[in-house]
Amino acid sequence: MEPGEIHALLGENGAGKSTLMNVLYGLYQPDEGEILVDGRPLKLKGPSDAIAAGIGMVHQHFMLVPVFTVAENVMLGAEQVKGGFTGFLDRRRARREVAEVSERYNLRVDPDAVIEDLPVGIQQRVEIVKALTREVDLLILDEPTAVLTPQETEELLAVMRSLKAAGKSIVFITHKLGEVKAIADRITVIRRGKTVGTASPSASRDELAALMVGRSVRLTVDKKPATPGKPILEVSGLVVDDDRQVRAVDGVDLTVHAGEVLGIAGVQGNGQTELIEAVMGLRPVLAGTVTLDGETVHGWPTKKVLRAGVGYVPEDRSVDGLVKEFSVAENLVLDIYDRPPFGKGLSLKPDAIAQSAKERIEQFDVRTSSADAPVGTLSGGNQQKVIVARELSRPLKLFIAAQPTRGVDVGSIEFIHSRVIRERDIGTAVMVVSSELDEVIGLADRIAVMYRGRIIGVVSPDTPREEIGLLMAGITPDTAAAAPEGPGNEDNA
Amino acid sequence: MAVPEVAVTAVDEGFWTRTRKTGAVVLALGLLAAVLFGALATDQQARFTLSETEGGAALEINGTVGAILFGLIAAAAGAALLAGVPKRWFTLLLGVGLVGFVLSFLCWQVSAAPAGSNFMPLVNVVRNTFVLALPLIFGALAGVLCERSGVVNVAIEGQLLMGAFSGALFGSISGSVWVGLVAAAIGGAFISLLLAVFAIRYLVDQVVMGIVLNLLAVGITGFLYERLMQTDATKYNSAPRFGTWEIPLLKDIPLIGPALFRSNIFLYLGLLLVLVIHFALFRTRWGLRTRSVGEHPTAADTLGVKVLRLRYRNVIMAGLVAGVGGASYTLALFSFTKNMIGGKGFIALAALIFGRWSPTGALLAALFFGFADQLATYLGAIGSSIPSQFLAMLPYLATILAVAGLVGRVRAPAADGKPYIKG
Repeated sequence: MEPGEIHALLGENGAGKSTLMNVLYGLYQPDEGEILVDGRPLKLKGPSDAIAAGIGMVHQHFMLVPVFTVAENVMLGAEQVKGGFTGFLDRRRARREVAEVSERYNLRVDPDAVIEDLPVGIQQRVEIVKALTREVDLLILDEPTAVLTPQETEELLAVMRSLKAAGKSIVFITHKLGEVKAIADRITVIRRGKTVGTASPSASRDELAALMVGRSVRLTVDKKPATPGKPILEVSGLVVDDDRQVRAVDGVDLTVHAGEVLGIAGVQGNGQTELIEAVMGLRPVLAGTVTLDGETVHGWPTKKVLRAGVGYVPEDRSVDGLVKEFSVAENLVLDIYDRPPFGKGLSLKPDAIAQSAKERIEQFDVRTSSADAPVGTLSGGNQQKVIVARELSRPLKLFIAAQPTRGVDVGSIEFIHSRVIRERDIGTAVMVVSSELDEVIGLADRIAVMYRGRIIGVVSPDTPREEIGLLMAGITPDTAAAAPEGPGNEDNA
Repeated sequence: MAVPEVAVTAVDEGFWTRTRKTGAVVLALGLLAAVLFGALATDQQARFTLSETEGGAALEINGTVGAILFGLIAAAAGAALLAGVPKRWFTLLLGVGLVGFVLSFLCWQVSAAPAGSNFMPLVNVVRNTFVLALPLIFGALAGVLCERSGVVNVAIEGQLLMGAFSGALFGSISGSVWVGLVAAAIGGAFISLLLAVFAIRYLVDQVVMGIVLNLLAVGITGFLYERLMQTDATKYNSAPRFGTWEIPLLKDIPLIGPALFRSNIFLYLGLLLVLVIHFALFRTRWGLRTRSVGEHPTAADTLGVKVLRLRYRNVIMAGLVAGVGGASYTLALFSFTKNMIGGKGFIALAALIFGRWSPTGALLAALFFGFADQLATYLGAIGSSIPSQFLAMLPYLATILAVAGLVGRVRAPAADGKPYIKG
C-alpha cells in the first residue's frame, strides 16, 4: 500500500477478503506469514495494536452500539477522561472531536444522535468518523456499499476521494466491479484465499470478472421476452408490521402474472422481507388482501400456502431455509416429507427419500460428498441450490425467491438465474426480491421499487439505473423536481 | 455535499399510546379508590404520627374525606396522562397516581382500625421499609453490575446467602465485624467466580448456572451450619454486630432523621453504593465500556475493549456487593440460620428488572417492594380485613405488570445472557 492510495480488494463471496482484513485488523491471528508496516514487521495481538499502528476498519456489519449516541460510540475504547483514576468521561471533548473530524472531512453527523435512530448511510459515516478520530493512516472498508442506495454509494465514493486527498490510504473490499473501476488506483483480485492477480482500473469488467471467478462468465441473464398470462398473485392494500410492531408494509398493491418475473428492488429494510413473509403466511396481515389464482390466501397457515402451489426461497438460508444438521436428502423433502412417496402415516420412507435426493442432486448440480452429508457442510452456493431444488420440485403457480443469490459464488448464480428463468418460461408467476440492483434488472420483466413500506414505482428493466436508484432513495420523478440538486452523478461507473 | 436526509419516522401508535393506556389504568384505579375506599372508610380521624407511638405530632385527616380526596388525586393524575401530556411528565404523574391510590387505601384502613390502633407510625414504616429493602438493594446492585456487562445473574440468592454465612462464620471466629465484612464479600465473590468461570469460560447457560449455584450455596451453607454452627454456636455462630451509627445533624431531621440516620453501616453503604454505581455506570470510562460490552460486545472488541476480562471483573464485583448485602443480616440483625435469605435474591432480581437495570431504578423498586412488605406487617398488626397474603403478593404482581410493559418498555441489555465468542 502506498500513502494516499485506494486499493481495491476484489473477490467473490467467501474468497477470503474479509478474513484477510480481519487478520490485518488484529481480530484473527495469522497461522503463518507476517505483516509489514513501513518496512517493519508488525505483530498484532488485538485490534488495539492495529489501531495503534494506524489501521482502522469499517466492518461490513457495523460495530456500533445501537443505544449509544454518536459521540459515545466514537469515544468508546479511546475515551478522553479527566479526574485521574476515576476515569470520568470528558463528553464535551468527545463531542468537539466528532465535530472537528466531521468538519475536516465533510462527514456531517450529529454527535448527540442515538445510533439506532439513524439511517444506515449515516451510521456508516459514524464508523468512518470513528476510525478517523483514531488518526488512522490506513482505512479498511469491508463491503461498504452492500447496504447503501446508489446515491449513498456515490457520496461514499466522494468521501473516499477526499480522504485520499488528505493522504489516507484505503483498502476497499468489494465484489462490485463498477465501483472498483470508478475509484480504485490499484486492484488486487483474490480467489479461494490466494492472490490471483493485480489489475489496473482500466481493465474491462469482463477481464476483472474472469480473474475473480477463474473463467469467463456471463454477467447478464439470457432470456426471451416474457409472455405474461393471467394474474396469479394479487396483493391489495397490504399492511404488515415488523418484529418491533413498527409498520413495515404500508398499503402495498401488486400483481404478478403467470409467465413473468416481477422484481422487487429497494434498499434492505424497506419492507421487502415483511411483504414476502406476509404473503407466505409467516407474518400476520393487518389489513388488505392476498389472493393466489383467485383464491384468498391471507390468514392461511404457511403449510397450506405451500401446498396451494407456492415455492419459496427465504432470504436467510441458514436460518429459515435449511436445517443445517439434517442431511442433504432430508432437507430436500422438508416440504413434503409427510406425503407419499416419502412418508406414510407415522413413518418416513428412507428409500424413496434417498432415491429422490439422488435425482435432485444430479439435476441441480449440487456438489456434495454424499446425500447423507449434513447440509451445513456444503458451500453457500450449494446450500442455496438445495433449497432451489426442493422448492422447484413441486408443481408451482407462484415462485418467490428472496435474495436468491446472496453469498453465492458466481457459478451458482448463473445456474440459479437460469433456473428462475426456466420456471418463468413454463408459465409460473415469479417474484424475485433482491437488494442487488443488477440481479433485479437482469431477471425481472417488471421492477417494483419498494421504499418505506410502499411500492414507490413500477418500471421496466430498461429504465436507467440512476432512475431506479433515485426511486430506491424515495425520490420519484415528481418530487425530484422540487428536491435540491442530487449528489454528483458525473462520475458514475 | 447534498445529502438526501432520511428523516426517522416516529412510530405511529394511534390514539392508544402507552402513556394513554397507563393513564386509563391509573384513572380507573383512582376512581375505584375514591368510591370503594371512600365508602368503606369511617368518620374516624386517620392519624399518621411522626413518631413511633400514638402520641406526638401527627398528620390527621378525616378517614372518609381522605380516602375520597386521595382517590380523586390519583384519578386526576390518570386523567392528565390520558389527555396526553409531554413525555417528561409521565413518571411524575404515574408516581402521583400510585401514591394517591396507596394513601386513599391507607385512609380507609387506618380510620377503620379499632380504637387504640387507628394510627400509623410513619417513622416505623419508613425505617422498616428501608430495613426490608436493604438486601434487595444490594442484590439488585449485584444484578446491575453483572447484567450491564452481559452476564445474567440469577445467582444473587446464592451470593447473598454465601455472604451471610461467611460473614457469620469468620466474624464469630475472629470476633471482629470488619473481618466478618471482608469475609462476607469474599464469600459472595466466590459464588460469582464460579458463575463467571462457567458462563464466560465454559459458555454454560447462564440461567441454568445461576440456579445451580443457588442450590449449591444452600447445600454448602446448610451442611456447614449443621456441622459447625449447630454443634458449637458460641464459637461459630455468634458474630459481633455493627452498632448504630448516628449521623450528626442529619439525625435530627423530623421523620427522616430517626428513620434513616440512626442506622447501621449497611444502610449507609447501600445508599452510597447506589449513587456510586449509578454515577460510574453513566459517567465514567468503566461504565461506558461495561454498557458497550453488555449491548454489543463485538463492537467493543473491535475498539480494543477486553470483553472477557471486563465481564470477569464485573461479575466478581457483583459478588462482592451481594456478599456485603448478605452480611447485612448476620453482622447486624440475626445469627445465621439455614437458608435465611429465603428468596430475597429472587425479589432482588425482580427489583433489577422493575428498575430497568439502573441502580437508582433498582433502589426505587427495592423500596417499593420493601414498603409492600412492611404494609403487610402493619395491616396484620391493626387487624385489617385484608388478608396479609394478598399484600405479600403485590410485589410480584407489580413485577409482572412492569415486565409486561406497563411502566415504560423494559429492555434488557442486548447481549445479556449471551456468551461472547471471538470471531
